[in-house]
Amino acid sequence: MSFKSFSRRGFLKSTAAVAGVTALPQFVAADGHAPLTVGFIYVGPKDDFGYNQAHAEGATAVKAMEGVVVVEEENVAETTDVQNSMESMINFDDAKLLFPTSFGYFNPHVLETAPKHPDVRFQHAAGLWSEGMPTNVGSYFGYIGMGQYLNGITAGHATTTKKIGFVAAKPIPQVLLNINSFLLGARQVDPEITCQVIFTGEWSLAVKEAEATNALADAGCDVITCHVDGPKVVMETAAGRDCFVCGYHANQAPLAPEKYLTGAEWNWAGVYTGMVQTVLDGGTIDNFVRGGLADGFIKMSPLGPAVSDASRAQFEAVKAEIMAGGFAAIKGPLNDNTGNALLGAGDALVETDIALESMDYLVEGVIGSTS
Amino acid sequence: MEDLGLWVIPLAILGGAIRVSTPFLFVSLGEVLTERSGRINLGLEGTLVFGAMSAYAIAYLTGSPWLGVLAAAAGGAVFGLIHGLICWLPRVNDIAVGIAMMILGMGLAFYFGKPYVQPVAPDLPSISFGWWSDVPQVKAALRVNVLFLIGAVLAFAMWWMFRATKVGLVIRVVGDSTDAARAMGLRPALIRTLATAAGGAFAGVGGAYLSLFYPGSWNEGISSGQGLMAVALVIFARWNAVACFGAALLFGGAGALGPTLQSVGVSEGYYLFFAAPYVLTLGVLIATSSPTRAMTGAPGELSITK
Amino acid sequence: MTDQTASTPLVTPSPNGFLGMLARRSEAVILPLAALLVGFAVFSIFLLLQGKSPTEFFALTYRAGFGTAFSWQNTLSRTAPLLFAALCVALPARLGLVVIGGEGAIVLGGVAAGAMGALLAQSSGLIAVPMMVASAMIVGGLWIGSVGALRYYRGVNETIASLLMAYIAIALMNHLVEGPLRDPASLNKPSTAPLADNLRVGDIPGWEVHWGLAFAVLCCVLAWVLIEKTTWGFAARIAGGNMRAAQVQGLPVGRLIVGFTALGGALAGLAGYFEVTAVHGAANASLATGYGYTGILIAFLARHNPLAIIPVAILLAGFEASSGLIQRRMDLPDATTLVLQGFVFISILMSDTLYGRFKVFAPERWRSA
Repeated sequence: MSFKSFSRRGFLKSTAAVAGVTALPQFVAADGHAPLTVGFIYVGPKDDFGYNQAHAEGATAVKAMEGVVVVEEENVAETTDVQNSMESMINFDDAKLLFPTSFGYFNPHVLETAPKHPDVRFQHAAGLWSEGMPTNVGSYFGYIGMGQYLNGITAGHATTTKKIGFVAAKPIPQVLLNINSFLLGARQVDPEITCQVIFTGEWSLAVKEAEATNALADAGCDVITCHVDGPKVVMETAAGRDCFVCGYHANQAPLAPEKYLTGAEWNWAGVYTGMVQTVLDGGTIDNFVRGGLADGFIKMSPLGPAVSDASRAQFEAVKAEIMAGGFAAIKGPLNDNTGNALLGAGDALVETDIALESMDYLVEGVIGSTS
Repeated sequence: MEDLGLWVIPLAILGGAIRVSTPFLFVSLGEVLTERSGRINLGLEGTLVFGAMSAYAIAYLTGSPWLGVLAAAAGGAVFGLIHGLICWLPRVNDIAVGIAMMILGMGLAFYFGKPYVQPVAPDLPSISFGWWSDVPQVKAALRVNVLFLIGAVLAFAMWWMFRATKVGLVIRVVGDSTDAARAMGLRPALIRTLATAAGGAFAGVGGAYLSLFYPGSWNEGISSGQGLMAVALVIFARWNAVACFGAALLFGGAGALGPTLQSVGVSEGYYLFFAAPYVLTLGVLIATSSPTRAMTGAPGELSITK
Repeated sequence: MTDQTASTPLVTPSPNGFLGMLARRSEAVILPLAALLVGFAVFSIFLLLQGKSPTEFFALTYRAGFGTAFSWQNTLSRTAPLLFAALCVALPARLGLVVIGGEGAIVLGGVAAGAMGALLAQSSGLIAVPMMVASAMIVGGLWIGSVGALRYYRGVNETIASLLMAYIAIALMNHLVEGPLRDPASLNKPSTAPLADNLRVGDIPGWEVHWGLAFAVLCCVLAWVLIEKTTWGFAARIAGGNMRAAQVQGLPVGRLIVGFTALGGALAGLAGYFEVTAVHGAANASLATGYGYTGILIAFLARHNPLAIIPVAILLAGFEASSGLIQRRMDLPDATTLVLQGFVFISILMSDTLYGRFKVFAPERWRSA
């Protein structure tokens, strides 16, 4: 092969030829149209009981749709790997809709790949699309902090030591919002409660997660939740230390049936089937999509057997408030945990407030630091 | 639960040492056995990961964690045997073969391990030595897994074996001088291969501990380099099995330092605390090595210290 | 050839002639290629046992790795860091040193380049770019060079030291990009400040592959010249063969060891520079993705020959480029590539035992048949 064919035009031509010649598993929909190929890319294994599994469950729902072919790739690093995976799905599978699901895929990888393929739609989880970015890119995410707030309410009722714990990967806005929401939820039950946070520094590091969980238990925390890619280890270790657990990303109740209070879960199935249907119908997805409990972007795990009636009542009441819309977990008067005032009395950041997506503080009552 | 203040630090280090050290202990004991025979196996990381996977899979399928441990040991022995047989060939670099076996072991473990990420396998039992205390943290720290105890016993047994038994002597002679061993009518290549296979079995059991007790689940990130680090710990421990036990405890305890310091409020620069075990190991290596003489205790035929 | 020697040919080729030279040279090509095929064969058996088709596997690998212009772009865009990482193993290997911690120099080189780029954001590219290159190479060179220094002056085993230092380097990198060097605007992906456009490295014109590849290939060629054509390379090979003898002969073994390890580290640092400037646009945790470890594999497969590193790296990159298609089409896990690498690596290492065994490659023994 001559390297001259590396010009973009020649490149498109030759790949188009390849796509035509090679017999792909092309299904033809009943109405004679070629089906829509949808690609999902995960940063870790798709059965991790956590972040990737939540997306993969969404992909499974899409598979069941008519006129759709789903292709998936797991363990794709946030480097040129993901650019190449996207290009490969476009070139070899004729994918027209891509879901690169890890935050780190967005900038620069999705933003650089998208302009080369204007006919392909890139739907990125958690990214912050803004004006000026390619219009065939969309970012979507859910207000899962609300789920951690509800987790916090059950935790507040369950704790007897008034200390709850949080195993976190990295001090980034999404994680900080979850930690703060968890504590503020618990403080709705008892304002004395504090939340100890331990950062593991990595999204997936089993032994460190187990050690962090043990350190929390040693420090007296008796309800533990987490924000790491795969919460399996944290759930099992915490339950083994006789702590209650609140889940995250997916339903981890089977891992600790007696100790599981509830969990903040993604509900990507509805979101993804909706987005795919929009494309099938010839519509366009908005470039910036966010949704919460009411929109079906997130859901709560069924309450576990250890949840008391009082806890259940408050949980359901607050959940109803959130469903009604305009709810603010972060509201004044509020200080951060170094004593600086964040919000005055009467100020509030409602769940849809974009300022929450650049959170860089831990609120008063959280033991830990952001750097 | 009581608030123990700063007392949680030594307690957590003790607990961490007991919880985290076992894989290091088993892999480094296996490596001592192998290196004492004059061969290095850098591939124990792959063996460890494969052991973790096979132990979890078999424990899940049969319901018996001990069968899982057995499977991990058997799998590890096969990996060790293959390594030994390949290194039997003249002019084959044992360090490189180790790296290749590491890639193969991890590849096979991930390949066959996919279906076992989701299921929950039964854990290995542990014994509580904290009955005398009312403090839950002490109770938790002293919840000791059976494999840890077995490992401790094995460390002393291996130390005794190298000191006082014929098998130990044979392995040492082979490791110190191929020519001397041949003169004594021994078959160095055979003995090295057997020692490598036995070393592999140890590493497999180390993996079983990871997946069946602590952290106690199987996924592709289960090992964070314990198998590789154990090879460093052997040099650190000067090829002495009992010193390996100490080195593994020290390394495990140092690993618990990072999370514990955060729990008492020292939360800045945690990455640097997480690196503490590696800095510590490197520091000791630098302090105790010498450019002029071979390291004390180093087997004469070992490729990395020659 | 064996037939020829057995049946006493009318004209025995001269061992010093063209055929003799060809025979001698071909050993280093034919043996690894044969070993590669054996590795593929073993892997094929593995696939057959799994009920998968090896034909389909290799056909897909060819198509996704090398079959189209896009495939070549996919493969080559992965190659540059692998070349640098392999050189970081191959150069010290000439002295008999096994350095496995190139990953550490890659990540710290990347951080250095990113930090320097952020620091010099206001100055002209003519100053900033050389400073970034230099800082990446110096940091990488110091990192691996100190492994060499520890080996020579303290007797610390370089394999273990470089491994430990790789763990330490990754911890340092995480600390720096999430702490002192973090750009507050890098929200959910802690990074150094984004590089200005004039500090970014672009694609080679007409290709969708960045300039790092051209520089990496150039470095391979230069490394080959250094090893094969200079007195330094010659001295290193002697020292690698027998360090004590080299010392007795008065060769500057210490300087050779520190020099070669530092050079390897500097090149690994350059890999970090290109990752930051051509791919990510800022230094962050994505720098640690294991290129350093794949580099070990490549260097050994290439038998530490810098020129052989180029095709081997392209081959491995091709396998990695096809991993996605194989996952999607054959329903095989991504670890399949790792299994294949394992089999091929082992097979090629085993072939080391065959050098000098075949008369056909040793013309001086042709007549004695």
